[in-house]
Amino acid sequence: MDFTFSEDQLLFQETVRSFLVNEITPERLRAGWDTDTGRDAALWQQLAEMGLTGLTVPEEHDGLGMSALDFVLLAQECGYVALPEPLVNSVLVAVPALVDLGGELAAEWLPKVAAGEARVVAGLEQNLVVEDAHVADLLLLERSGQWFALTPDQFSAERNESIDPGRRLFSVTVTGNAEPVLSGEAGDRLRLASLNRGALGCAAQALGLAQRMIDLSVQYTSERQQFGKPIGSFQAVKHHMANVAVRLEYARAPVARAAYAMDEDAAGASLAVAQAKLAACEAANLAAKNSIQVHGAMGYTWEVDLHIFMKKAWALANTWGDAGYHKQQVASVIFAEGAALGAGSTFR
Amino acid sequence: MQLAFTEQQQAFRKEIREWLAANVPAEPLKTFDTEEGFQQHREWEATLNEGRWGMVTWPEELGGRGCDLIEWLIFEEEYYRAGAPLRVNQNGIFLLGPTLMEYGTDEQKARFLPAMAEGRDIWAQGWSEPNAGSDMAAIRSTARLEGDKYIINGQKTWSTRAVWADWLFGMFRTDPDSQRHRGLTFILVPLNSPGITIRPIPQLDGLPGFAEIFFDNVEVDVSNRLGDEGAGWAVAMATAGFERGLMLRSPARFQETARRLVELYRENEATASADPAIREAVIRAWMDAEAYCLSTYQTACRLSQGGKIGAESSTNKIFWSELDQAMHATAMSILGARAELLPHAPAAQGVGRWLDGWLFSQSGPIYAGTNEIQRNIIAERMLGMPR
Ligand SMILES: Cc1cc2nc3c(=O)[nH]c(=O)nc-3n(C[C@H](O)[C@H](O)[C@H](O)COP(=O)(O)OP(=O)(O)OC[C@H]3O[C@@H](n4cnc5c(N)ncnc54)[C@H](O)[C@@H]3O)c2cc1C
Repeated sequence: MDFTFSEDQLLFQETVRSFLVNEITPERLRAGWDTDTGRDAALWQQLAEMGLTGLTVPEEHDGLGMSALDFVLLAQECGYVALPEPLVNSVLVAVPALVDLGGELAAEWLPKVAAGEARVVAGLEQNLVVEDAHVADLLLLERSGQWFALTPDQFSAERNESIDPGRRLFSVTVTGNAEPVLSGEAGDRLRLASLNRGALGCAAQALGLAQRMIDLSVQYTSERQQFGKPIGSFQAVKHHMANVAVRLEYARAPVARAAYAMDEDAAGASLAVAQAKLAACEAANLAAKNSIQVHGAMGYTWEVDLHIFMKKAWALANTWGDAGYHKQQVASVIFAEGAALGAGSTFR
Repeated sequence: MQLAFTEQQQAFRKEIREWLAANVPAEPLKTFDTEEGFQQHREWEATLNEGRWGMVTWPEELGGRGCDLIEWLIFEEEYYRAGAPLRVNQNGIFLLGPTLMEYGTDEQKARFLPAMAEGRDIWAQGWSEPNAGSDMAAIRSTARLEGDKYIINGQKTWSTRAVWADWLFGMFRTDPDSQRHRGLTFILVPLNSPGITIRPIPQLDGLPGFAEIFFDNVEVDVSNRLGDEGAGWAVAMATAGFERGLMLRSPARFQETARRLVELYRENEATASADPAIREAVIRAWMDAEAYCLSTYQTACRLSQGGKIGAESSTNKIFWSELDQAMHATAMSILGARAELLPHAPAAQGVGRWLDGWLFSQSGPIYAGTNEIQRNIIAERMLGMPR
């Protein structure tokens, strides 16, 4: 039994964290909202150079051959800065899907993804819209368990504006005849695995977002004075933030365990991911609610950075499986006849 | 990361499981808040000790097994799974024991630890006073050194199981001119000493689960002092540290409650499903109990690899106590009109021990540092908010 991240994993997190915090400033995020694509090719290249785009690309395709567990702490850091680039989707969902599809498709695209020369995006029917379809050089689109591998000439994408100006969401229509590259049982398995991976990505980012909102709120309430002292010295304000800290603290281990399950325990993955996503998104939503409260009217403005993180948290809570979907995953396990529950049943 | 038990850990689980299967009394013991039940639980502690299962984390020469935190968690899982009796001497073995090992002299260890392990000495805690609750540094009870004796005067209150306990450990003001945390000393007091009056206080269930203790010129030998004179606060903080918290309320307890809650829901689904909030609460209870388990394992692994515990550990108390309250509240909702009935009432079918648990869950956010105090600590020490 070893529930710790390795030195290497923690070191990688540190490196990525300091890079992202320096580069992905709120000013840069705001500037991105007004550009045509909202995405930044130069930044993507930098991420590639750090090995991030190829993190889960197998070594024989020029990647690092790492796992979801290796990435989960990094996804957390992507959440901390509200990274708009589709890195989490690419590393956790699209690349593993490409690996699963295999063959020429994988051989052709994986090295390009690792090199940062191409972006692959995955879109599931359950998500209603496809994130970042506009910058996809290859779109892996799932419809009713059938998978299509589409280049930009094979689909059209109509933008759906999100309340989170950092998100770029599209209704995708397949144009012309595209043959599915995978269907049947295998297609459905990949659909479920992809949904789980996407949900894990949301959960990990939600941890980072919650932490960011805590940090912003602690800073703000330490500076803002009312009644002659910092508002952060008032207990009602303190307790708002302490409540977030508690929920966040107890969402961390479930997210780590879900990442582990993704790699090591396929049978338990849906349950582990559901727990992780519900717990992490609840923490992030509570962080949003309490953070806006302790900011007062400032929190209700476009100017103050809080809303960048708040809106992303709101969005992630209901995508890649909304709360109802994930609760149903939990319910189907715990209410099953003969379910093994209780003390000693956690690690099977 | 490797989320599986080693063969050695599995063998350990099997060994304790088999021992418990052979030794846990078939008939549940009476509650230890009665004289008879207290005695039964004392005997159970002796039985555990004979099997060397009393304090598995203690070193072997003291009758333990030198277990690490992971083995401790495994032990607890099996213990709660087996429905084994609650630990009447938890103040002794989980709180004072480790503190004695850290601060006690060899003479003190030899004198107190074996008797504690065998259940001969059951311990009560004496921190709280009428005017020192959350503000423990306001302790006023005094211990005046005269020759080789301390003369104790004052009053302690809310002392759990003190009605039938043999010994009390607590803090007393040895320096009459001192303020707050300074000038307090940790002293071990035999509860049968002349000058001690114990007045039982009935708890919510009507049973005398705690007591008020009056000290009227009680003489205690100076060899009963733990740590240095005036260093009581530091010794007491060690007693309240995280690992002790982990000992007191390990996840197994709550996971078993969550399991029983799922069972209760299934048994009563026909009526309980009329309120969708109940189903939601059951799902959440199970998830939170799991999260508590996962987080505890994660922390235990980090600690056993030499990691240090930080201020984030103060989130622990809030999490389990609110979980326990929520689970029992949900059980009450499921039981509906039966919820208020005592288990022996003729119309009380299938109520189990939920009502008792519900009552006790009300105290979780109060004892061991109220949840408001915990929130202050989290905000100030973990998040760094201004004082
Ligand atoms: C079941 C049970 C068993 C116990 N066993 C023992 C025992 O064995 N030995 C022992 O010594 N004690 C024991 N206690 C006592 C326990 O430690 C105290 O109840 C606890 O420390 C709170 O003190 P109090 O009851 O005086 O409440 P108070 O301190 O009066 O608090 C009342 C309310 O005010 C709030 N409050 C107080 N100060 C602050 C603050 N600074 N900021 C915000 N809110 C505040 C509290 O959070 C609480 O909600 C036990 C209590 C219970 C319920």
